[in-house]
Amino acid sequence: MAIELKMPALSPTMEEGTLAKWLVKPGDEVKSGDIIAEIETDKATMEFEAVDEGTVSELLVAEGTEGVKVGTVIATMQGEDEAAAPAPAPTPAPAAEPKAEEADGPVGTEAKAKAAAAIAPKSTAKPVRDSEVPAGTPMVSTTVREALRDAMAEEMRSDDRIFVMGEEVAEYQGAYKVTQGLLDEFGPKRVIDTPITEYGFAGIGAGAAMGGLRPIVEFMTFNFAMQAIDHIINSAAKTNYMSGGQMRCPIVFRGPNGAASRVGAQHSQNYGPWYAAVPGIVVIAPYDAADAKGLLKAAIRSEDPVVFLENELVYGKSFDVPQMDDFVLPIGKARIVRPGKDVTIVSYSIGVGFALEAAETLAAEGIEAEVIDLRTLRPLDKATVLASLAKTNRMVVAEEGFPVCSIASEIIAIAMEEGFDHLDAPVLRVCDEDVPLPYAANLEKAALIDAGKIAAAVRKVCYR
Amino acid sequence: MAKPAGPRAARNSTSAKAAPAVKPSEAIAAEDEATFALRSLQQAHANNKRFDATDEQLLKFYEQMVLIRRFEEKAGQLYGLGLIGGFCHLYIGQEAVAVGLQSALNEGHDSVITGYRDHGHMLAYGIDPKVIMAELTGRGAGISRGKGGSMHMFSTDHKFYGGHGIVGAQVPLGAGLAFAHKYRGDGGVCMAYFGDGASNQGQVYETFNMAALWKLPIIFVVENNGYAMGTAVKRGSAETHFYRRGTAFRIPGMDVNGMDVLEVRQAAEVALEYVRAGNGPVLMELNTYRYRGHSMSDPAKYRSREEVQEMRDKHDPIEAAKQELLKRGITEDRIKDIDKKIRQKVVEAADFAESSPEPAPAELYTDVLVEKY
Repeated sequence: MAIELKMPALSPTMEEGTLAKWLVKPGDEVKSGDIIAEIETDKATMEFEAVDEGTVSELLVAEGTEGVKVGTVIATMQGEDEAAAPAPAPTPAPAAEPKAEEADGPVGTEAKAKAAAAIAPKSTAKPVRDSEVPAGTPMVSTTVREALRDAMAEEMRSDDRIFVMGEEVAEYQGAYKVTQGLLDEFGPKRVIDTPITEYGFAGIGAGAAMGGLRPIVEFMTFNFAMQAIDHIINSAAKTNYMSGGQMRCPIVFRGPNGAASRVGAQHSQNYGPWYAAVPGIVVIAPYDAADAKGLLKAAIRSEDPVVFLENELVYGKSFDVPQMDDFVLPIGKARIVRPGKDVTIVSYSIGVGFALEAAETLAAEGIEAEVIDLRTLRPLDKATVLASLAKTNRMVVAEEGFPVCSIASEIIAIAMEEGFDHLDAPVLRVCDEDVPLPYAANLEKAALIDAGKIAAAVRKVCYR
Repeated sequence: MAKPAGPRAARNSTSAKAAPAVKPSEAIAAEDEATFALRSLQQAHANNKRFDATDEQLLKFYEQMVLIRRFEEKAGQLYGLGLIGGFCHLYIGQEAVAVGLQSALNEGHDSVITGYRDHGHMLAYGIDPKVIMAELTGRGAGISRGKGGSMHMFSTDHKFYGGHGIVGAQVPLGAGLAFAHKYRGDGGVCMAYFGDGASNQGQVYETFNMAALWKLPIIFVVENNGYAMGTAVKRGSAETHFYRRGTAFRIPGMDVNGMDVLEVRQAAEVALEYVRAGNGPVLMELNTYRYRGHSMSDPAKYRSREEVQEMRDKHDPIEAAKQELLKRGITEDRIKDIDKKIRQKVVEAADFAESSPEPAPAELYTDVLVEKY
């Protein structure tokens, strides 16, 4: 029986990749552990090893093919005890889709594939961009990962007090490749690999900021920043106040936050509400690449400590980024990503993608939803939220995170306190389920928000 | 209990062993051992214990120690009157540590950071007692505008970086300050103080590792006053010789009598020479004693009156300095003049702290963030 070799998933979030190079040809005998091919993802080139012994019968995907879906049969092999019979009719490799359309989302089951697809907003309408960008500015399609790297590199070029430290940020080029290339350009003095010791290096970063430098501290994920939260809160956030404005702590703590894909409860949590609960820090959680770049640049320049929450599932997603010498966005300003008159959907980070997708569905039903991306969680742009509420009179908050004591809770409180007279229906929140995030694909999907859940809540507040 | 430095130092210095070289791996280990300066600083300290101070230097040390003692006594008094609130940790008994060590630093260039028992380190770094006392009484003229209190005081002008209320947090923060000195190449060092209690915090060892790995210019100072709040050292620490705790990170340790200002100062000279030469961190253990409770609200029932009295009578650093001055022929009158001057200074600080107004109500909302968004 022929053994099918399938395109492997090389990370939890890989959906497709490039078959960079075949290292075997039909007729070659391979043993378990032999390297068969080189596969490229947007993060790295990886070697694909044989698991079974046998003879290669046929290569089904040509070298250099991009966008090969995970699970596609790329070659067939005969087991060692079989006669080299003609290979069965090969399943043709599906045509590669343009990469930009693909989310760097979960892999595996059909359900997961759908969940991943949901991350990419299907909206054909151009998102409304900031007035900061002059009309006619050329746009460059950029991944969120690259946008973050560009932001750091640009700021590091103009201010030599800025340095980056964290686990695997330098020689490994970043656990999620966000710091790719920084070591080459800026050297080991300014791009510093740390031991696995979050509490310690968060404290060293905060101390360096107090001592006049501009650290960017990367956490491999914000789950690990729990080890360091004492320094983020007690050292970085509070010192300016406690010192009567004498001692500043201009530092950026950044890294991926929120649920990734199938990594279980300890690696899947949104800490936005935790940090946003504390006075003395700025908390930013962008969705698209332009905001990621413009806001990270602003965060690095800020005199205040900033917690900058990224999302692993959108790192590989491409968006238009304005091609400008110095594209910096204001901290503390929400953005109307899609205008609408019937209902307001407030969200941030990955939730914005789901909200936009829900808005598309709802538009087909005759409901025009206005989607607001908060972008900054502290200070919160109440004015933009309340102005939209005054216009639409109905509101849903969509948040990939726990529902209790959430940003959604805060938005609802604001609507009650300051927007009550504009409300035609109770504000609803659409959050993850109130359980630690499970591993099983079906349970994970059930626990997380998606466009369908948002659309259902919108219909409810519109009494449809 | 403060441990006498002498006998332990001697014990420590005898540990070099002449192993018959056999295997290459052992030869490498031996060579490694030879380049490892773990004990060399202790040896240097043991060889020359006391700083050769001029009369003027010793008078200055005496004056600074008396200032700290009188300031703390006054703070205790004001606390009793309800003028100082919250937690207030006094430095009485430990004066020789801050004065001896910081007299060796380049004030305003080298950084100092400590925990919540911070008044003494500030006074030893030349910060005006008035603004410290006014902070204790929570007044707008306080060094943190009344918003920090006893445990949270800073003076970036003096390069005094606090004043941190979370036990052990100042250790990585101090390494960050040292990192900044090294990054800028300004030749400065950081002196980071913490207690025998903080010595058991995990972040201390995370910091030891990185400080040694990156050769940061930092002196870790364990002020071992015998008690982590109410827990005697031997009840809370498996290794009570704190200067040995850097061994796993190849940080040389020094065991110092913290009740003699001249021994402290001489030890600082040895440590600073090593750190300023770019060799990385040093861990100093300063054996000292606090006469008062952990904080003002601590009745200190965990130790006997006799134990405290013994330290006061036989090991007091101020009395020792005074006797040394007299022995050198400094007149009793001259010493009394210093005492009088200091008393006056402390009274002025207390008056200032009592009479200055509380912060304006609008101060509640200032200094949360630096920028407007």
